[in-house]
Amino acid sequence: MDVNEVLLPGVGLRYEFTNQDGDRIGVVARRTGEFELVVYGSEDPDQGRSMLRLNREEADTLAEILGAPRIAERFADLTKEVPGLSAGQTGVRAGSPYVDRPLGHTRARSRTGASIVAIVRGEDVIASPTPDEVLRAGDVLVVIGTRSGIAGVEKIIRG
Amino acid sequence: MQTSVALLLELGVILAALSVLGALARRFALSPIPLYLLAGLSLGEGGIAPVPAAGEFVQVGAAIGLVLLLLALGLQFSIHEFSVSLRRHVPSAGVDLVLNAVPGALAGWYLGLDAVGILALAGVTYISSSGIIARLLDDLRRLGNRETPAVLSVLVLEDFAMAAYLPLLVVLASGGTWWQAALGVLVAVGAVLAAFVVSYRWGHHLGRLLSDPDPEQLMLRVLGLTLIVAALAELVHASAAVGAFLVGLTLTGEAARRARNVLTPLRDLFAAVFFLAIGLSVSLSDLVPVLPVALALAAVTAATKVVTGQYAALREGAGPRGRLRAGTVLIVRGEFSIVIIGLVGAHHDRLGPLVAAYVLVLAIAGPLVTRLGGAPPYRSRLLPGTNAGNS
Repeated sequence: MDVNEVLLPGVGLRYEFTNQDGDRIGVVARRTGEFELVVYGSEDPDQGRSMLRLNREEADTLAEILGAPRIAERFADLTKEVPGLSAGQTGVRAGSPYVDRPLGHTRARSRTGASIVAIVRGEDVIASPTPDEVLRAGDVLVVIGTRSGIAGVEKIIRG
Repeated sequence: MQTSVALLLELGVILAALSVLGALARRFALSPIPLYLLAGLSLGEGGIAPVPAAGEFVQVGAAIGLVLLLLALGLQFSIHEFSVSLRRHVPSAGVDLVLNAVPGALAGWYLGLDAVGILALAGVTYISSSGIIARLLDDLRRLGNRETPAVLSVLVLEDFAMAAYLPLLVVLASGGTWWQAALGVLVAVGAVLAAFVVSYRWGHHLGRLLSDPDPEQLMLRVLGLTLIVAALAELVHASAAVGAFLVGLTLTGEAARRARNVLTPLRDLFAAVFFLAIGLSVSLSDLVPVLPVALALAAVTAATKVVTGQYAALREGAGPRGRLRAGTVLIVRGEFSIVIIGLVGAHHDRLGPLVAAYVLVLAIAGPLVTRLGGAPPYRSRLLPGTNAGNS
């Protein structure tokens, strides 16, 4: 997809692209961290109709919402290129022995060889979590490894 | 400590009045600058209230306001944005200079001003108000528009032209000869280039010096450094304002962003005092006779700015409506036209009232005209909820 980048001196940057419906969409990224989303009308193609404005925090939240469901998908694409490597997900249920305990305590990688590359928690994604990251009930772990390795992690988490 | 009741009271009343005027201006989405000028005009000897006690503070505050205005101008600047603007919009900058400086120079010649007066008036009609325009583009939600980069590029190049123009004007105004003025410009341009090299190669050192996490420390350091450089510049007759501009240019990236954040409230306060002081220095009885000339000059230079904007927007490939929006938004003159008078005003009694009237007209008319010229025809149908305050 072509994203056109335009410099706005003194203000920031503007990104423009066209979606599959043919709408021209612009994103104004200010130096201050605020964003504005505009759509260009058909009557005057030079004028952006301002759809919404986001402050830094709101923009981060929106980016996470749009980005989260695609993470496991992307790992799946990645693992296709390496024979024998797979990606899987496993949920942390309320009865798991590792709820409210650090990820490191599972010793998942040393026991199975598979890596936990991300934790999806509600709308948040913790990418490459450290061993200190505390697991919560309802977390979804994204695991990369061999099929048996992933099954091993599932078993450890289930307890 | 001896506290002057009269000083505190007068200052308090003045600031309260300015805040009411500022709120009023924002209510109608106008710039408060013309109202601050009017407030200054109506005060002082012969006005509705002479303010003897606050006079001294206003004079000192105005000097600091001038320094902070130019520091903020320098802080806005980034070498990357400048080089991109330069690549695309040198012809626009040329058109801008010729179309808008010449009417001012001709008017100065017609009025029988001396060379300094002619040069000053040319600068006044040339420079658009980047502060008011940036705010207008935001208020009118035009940042996404195709013509907007052209408008912003023209402003960046105008601001850069000030680096050469201000020293020239200051040296000539202080009675220097043409070769001293040329030397002044050379020194200033050399200093700007040196500032760029310094900020490009060693900017992170300066940035580190100014990267204290405490905002109070940051403000004190930037302000202290600026005032010292401004004083040194004044010492060599290059004007404190030019020195402050150079400090602003030297700071880039994260340091500039944080400095802007901590200095903006200070700049707003002292800039308001500066506009007030310029208004104070002009009396209403001097203003009325120059009004016809100011109106005529405003009409001519509004038209030439429209042509400038249309030309610049055409280079970005904007359509007729976008070109008109770009042209009308550039009409407004403001803080820097007044800065020019602040720099030479003392020597020119006739110039002060004329420029005050000129800025009053265009700072009010400019935003109104661009609002009318750019009213989005479809907004009222598609987004009725967002219409309020935008048309």
